[in-house]
Amino acid sequence: MGRAEDLLATGLADQRAGLDRGDVVSTELVEASLARIEAFADLSAVVSTRADGARAEAEAAAERIAAGQARSALDGVPILLKDNIVQRGEPATCASRILENFVSPYDATVTEKLRAAGAIVVGRTNMDEFAMGSSTEHSVYGAARNPWDRDRICGGSSGGSAAAVAAGLVSVALGSDTGGSIRQPASHCGVVGLKPTYGRVSRWGLVAFASSLDQIGPFGRSVADCAAMLEVIAGHDARDSTSIPEEVPRWTEALDGDIGGLTIGLPEEYFVEEGVEPGVLARVREAIGEIESAGAKTVPVSLPHTEHAIATYYLIATAEASSNLARFDGVRYGHRADRPDDLQDLYTRSRSEGFGAEVKRRILLGTYVLSAGYYDAYYGKAQRVRTLIRRDFERAFEACDLIVTPTAPETAFARGAKSDDPLSMYLSDIYTTSVNLAGLPGLSMPCGLSEGLSEGMPVGLQLIGKPLDEATILRVGDAFERRTDHHSLRPPEAG
Amino acid sequence: MSTIGPEDVAHVATLARLALEKDEVDAMARDLEQILGHVRSLDALDTEGVEPTAHGFELATPLRPDHPVEPLDPELVVSNAPAAQGTAFLVPKVLEEEG
Repeated sequence: MGRAEDLLATGLADQRAGLDRGDVVSTELVEASLARIEAFADLSAVVSTRADGARAEAEAAAERIAAGQARSALDGVPILLKDNIVQRGEPATCASRILENFVSPYDATVTEKLRAAGAIVVGRTNMDEFAMGSSTEHSVYGAARNPWDRDRICGGSSGGSAAAVAAGLVSVALGSDTGGSIRQPASHCGVVGLKPTYGRVSRWGLVAFASSLDQIGPFGRSVADCAAMLEVIAGHDARDSTSIPEEVPRWTEALDGDIGGLTIGLPEEYFVEEGVEPGVLARVREAIGEIESAGAKTVPVSLPHTEHAIATYYLIATAEASSNLARFDGVRYGHRADRPDDLQDLYTRSRSEGFGAEVKRRILLGTYVLSAGYYDAYYGKAQRVRTLIRRDFERAFEACDLIVTPTAPETAFARGAKSDDPLSMYLSDIYTTSVNLAGLPGLSMPCGLSEGLSEGMPVGLQLIGKPLDEATILRVGDAFERRTDHHSLRPPEAG
Repeated sequence: MSTIGPEDVAHVATLARLALEKDEVDAMARDLEQILGHVRSLDALDTEGVEPTAHGFELATPLRPDHPVEPLDPELVVSNAPAAQGTAFLVPKVLEEEG
């Protein structure tokens, strides 16, 4: 592997150092990234590239860096965006036929910030259609594959971003997380993924799925790389009315390895033997032991409404989705049916031809739970249970600084294993959805490879923080990395 | 909470502007009933007097000064339209001309 390729796989800090020393130039990193995207096309992790634009930007970055004027930790670094985050002049299909010809007339706030920081978007990543899924199998581009085992799923819905970082196509990428869509694929692909506090990162330019839950966040090869990317994308944005008007902390500066005196809550509901693959539980318990030996102490806590999280999540998320996806009507953008009889026929046929089966299923469920006579029983009930779930965390955080759990109850499952059983696919998000319902920051990081049933597949450790306290979960995650080498493990075939 | 059958699915599909074949309606009814069966576990919870949560982070509705800002270029916006005329979106005729 060449020097530039090597740097893509090792992470942001090494790329920065290499670029600033002049050991490597931005154009080489971009070429190496484009070459690896091509070489790993069988993963279906990347759905489109922008080679010309990226090359031109890399030349400009190389000049800046040579002149000692690097703009940020990301200047001159190739990155990927999930295909639901818009960039001016580029496609944004959400892996759906209904947006097949869409070209964005504007930049998402995160895109604007990343470009201003000098990051170079080389392409866009595969996902479950409109971010609805946990496997990146529901995509108009075909299913993405896990670089650790191509017969397994890479998780979802941001599976393309997770697989791309795991395979070293780039060292950092963006995804979005509505019910676990960053953390679960990060877990399955052995990379770090962070869902910030709801409102920490602007949703302007993220195609809406469930607006009260959606949040953009970074994937990286280390906690420090995710912290660096979060510093660039976070911050108040007047264009998103749910954006929190808070200063952006310098998270990277707080990563000092010192976690003495911190208390970690272990929710009993997440450590039930019958619900979790034994190989997963074993690795997570070892990781907790390691964090304890770094100076943190653990306390048992209870999140008694955990078992109701999936039901609550699927009522709220589908209700919001049915409303958000009403905009796809074949009039202003996207797919339009041929020769419609009238306006109603245009709407109905454009939508029916454009949306895939899972998206239709969720629109129907969401429309049903919001419809006359059912609203209070389903949607209203779910909003009240959401309050109970939020209060569970408030109470638990009275006794601890952060909560640690497995990210997912199992390692990456086989392709097609859950394709015909929507409920069982939904239940794979059991440990991640509560965090979105409560609006909390959540981090998934690799804590080793499983034994037994799914030998050799990555296991993810989830760190959940108090609202706006990304700092603590990043600090603990970084301290764990300093004591272990799980984050530097690479898929055997990724070269 | 009640069960969902093919008639309900057909009704909801009309509301959502989705056309489904007969076999799709039946399959969706089965899937949705299975999902709603799981969801009905919420019935067991007492939520009397519990306030609903609408957002992940409670914020007051933000206000901003009423100053005009530069809009997106209308021609650029319309360039995504499947059918357009100038800066207008074209759709099939909605109102019949009066005789």
